[in-house]
Amino acid sequence: MAAKRFRLPGFGLTMGYTLCYLSAVVLIPMAALVLRVLEQVSWWDFWRLATAERALAAYKLSFGAAAVAALINALFGTLLAWVLVRYRFPGKRLMDALVDFPFALPTAVAGLTLANLFAAEGWLGRFLVPLGIQGAYTPLGVVIALTFVGMPFVVRTLQPVLESMERDVEEAAATLGAGRFRTFCCILAPTLLPTVLMGFAQAFARAVGEYGSVIFIAGNKPFESEIAPLLVVMRLEEYDYAGAMTLAVVLLVFSFVLLISIHLLSRWASHFQPAA
Amino acid sequence: MKTKSDTDLIRRAQARRLHRGIEEPRWVQWLLIGVAGGFVGVFLVLPLINVFVQALGRGVRAYWKAVIEPDTLAAVKLTLQVAAITVPLNTVFGLVAAWVIAKFEFRGKALLNTLIDLPFAVSPVVGGLMFVILFGTHGYLGPWLQQHHIQIIFALPGIVLATVFVTFPFVAREVVAVMQASGTEQEQAALTLGASGWQTFWRVTLPNVKWGLLYGVVLCNARAMGEFGAVSVVSGHIAGRTDTLPLRVDKLYHDYNTTGAFAVASLLAVLALVTLLLKTLLEWHQERQFQRAQQVVTEPGLEPSRPQPTGVPV
Repeated sequence: MAAKRFRLPGFGLTMGYTLCYLSAVVLIPMAALVLRVLEQVSWWDFWRLATAERALAAYKLSFGAAAVAALINALFGTLLAWVLVRYRFPGKRLMDALVDFPFALPTAVAGLTLANLFAAEGWLGRFLVPLGIQGAYTPLGVVIALTFVGMPFVVRTLQPVLESMERDVEEAAATLGAGRFRTFCCILAPTLLPTVLMGFAQAFARAVGEYGSVIFIAGNKPFESEIAPLLVVMRLEEYDYAGAMTLAVVLLVFSFVLLISIHLLSRWASHFQPAA
Repeated sequence: MKTKSDTDLIRRAQARRLHRGIEEPRWVQWLLIGVAGGFVGVFLVLPLINVFVQALGRGVRAYWKAVIEPDTLAAVKLTLQVAAITVPLNTVFGLVAAWVIAKFEFRGKALLNTLIDLPFAVSPVVGGLMFVILFGTHGYLGPWLQQHHIQIIFALPGIVLATVFVTFPFVAREVVAVMQASGTEQEQAALTLGASGWQTFWRVTLPNVKWGLLYGVVLCNARAMGEFGAVSVVSGHIAGRTDTLPLRVDKLYHDYNTTGAFAVASLLAVLALVTLLLKTLLEWHQERQFQRAQQVVTEPGLEPSRPQPTGVPV
């Protein structure tokens, strides 16, 4: 095997290029940020800046809204994937194609049009605002924007798994007298759960870092509807580099943790999937 | 009477079969389809239609006037420039990285894979900030760059760098998946028959992965043209010079020029629709190829694989 492994040419060249490009674009800039913080911000300042009241409010909103949005996406994403894989209905292909729309639409456009829809005179706000549901310029707006942005993740991770699932297990459950609902709860849900969780984590990761769509719809009031990435930008615009970098490092550490959890989740989920 | 009870019996038998079988009753199916359709309608279709309705709200003439404004045209030009530099850079990287990851076994491969996915997980704002720290006036290389009159931040190079960072994994992710699925047998055959490494790559590997590659390029391009957060941090927002289309939308919106903002947004929405169309066509093409390959039993190495459906960390 060892002899066969390296028979293809170009390992050194392509590996070298990959590492250089990766370093130039990702690793060195990231290291620069972390180094700068270590150099210029003392531990005490770091702690003070990272846990300032305004920062805490921003994390709370960012993580809270991202979690709610990812949860909505987990529920509706599972439903969408189920409907798209299992049922036949007119317009199915169109619906399938539309699911990717949030990936294709620039986030600024998404934020702009959602803010307009949910504003008092917008198509949806017209009906919702009199009911007391303020979608635009409130924390709820953040959830709406993040739901839009994260929508494709759960659907697209779940779809291939549902497609490749053998249906004889369900048949067996049915022959043994389980109702459809019971089959879903006891057989399907536990099998699909790891994959749904992975989609949830991906949608969550994307939502925590999201900036473009949110700033259009959130209203951006400090302590109330200001997300963490926006606070980084605000600090930068005030030339408060220490503040901006500290928050950025906090977000960066969180991204690492999430990326590792997604990696572990995907390994766990692959136990539940038939071999590709 | 008799016929009615007959049909009743039949219906009840059917219901029991449904109940015992592996299908939900029709009404449950339609209910679920309805809820899913409603969700897609409210969250995807309405926002899309709204963009065009708002853009054309004050008539075609006002729309056209907003589009041909000099600052908007400059933004179109800059956006196209940024994509024209970013996409080829990340495409070449995607192909090279895929070759390493798909064709060789080495230690640290999982780590390399994760590192390539890293920009997906990092907030674009943080990505932009990294380049400010590196190249800005207060950054590591800032003083040196200033001495030599090289401007990176608040200029085209900075915008390109930030965009390259954000769109970094798109092509690589897709091509790695396709290249891994196609194995190494064909390349080894080509090499045994005397082809050079280059020839093997151009004549064997590239044709095998071209659809996955195209798919990645389409997604990469959409994100490159639409990126907001990272670009916003490094651009400096100089009207007519460093405003890309998404930044232009933001500026018009903050100037309370809603029609103008939506007019520019509609250009980006058209881009999104074209992206979606290309993506769907590519997927159908893949699917057909996949089915054909499954019908005609071919050598295992020749089976084309479907691309991973999303550009997300897996």
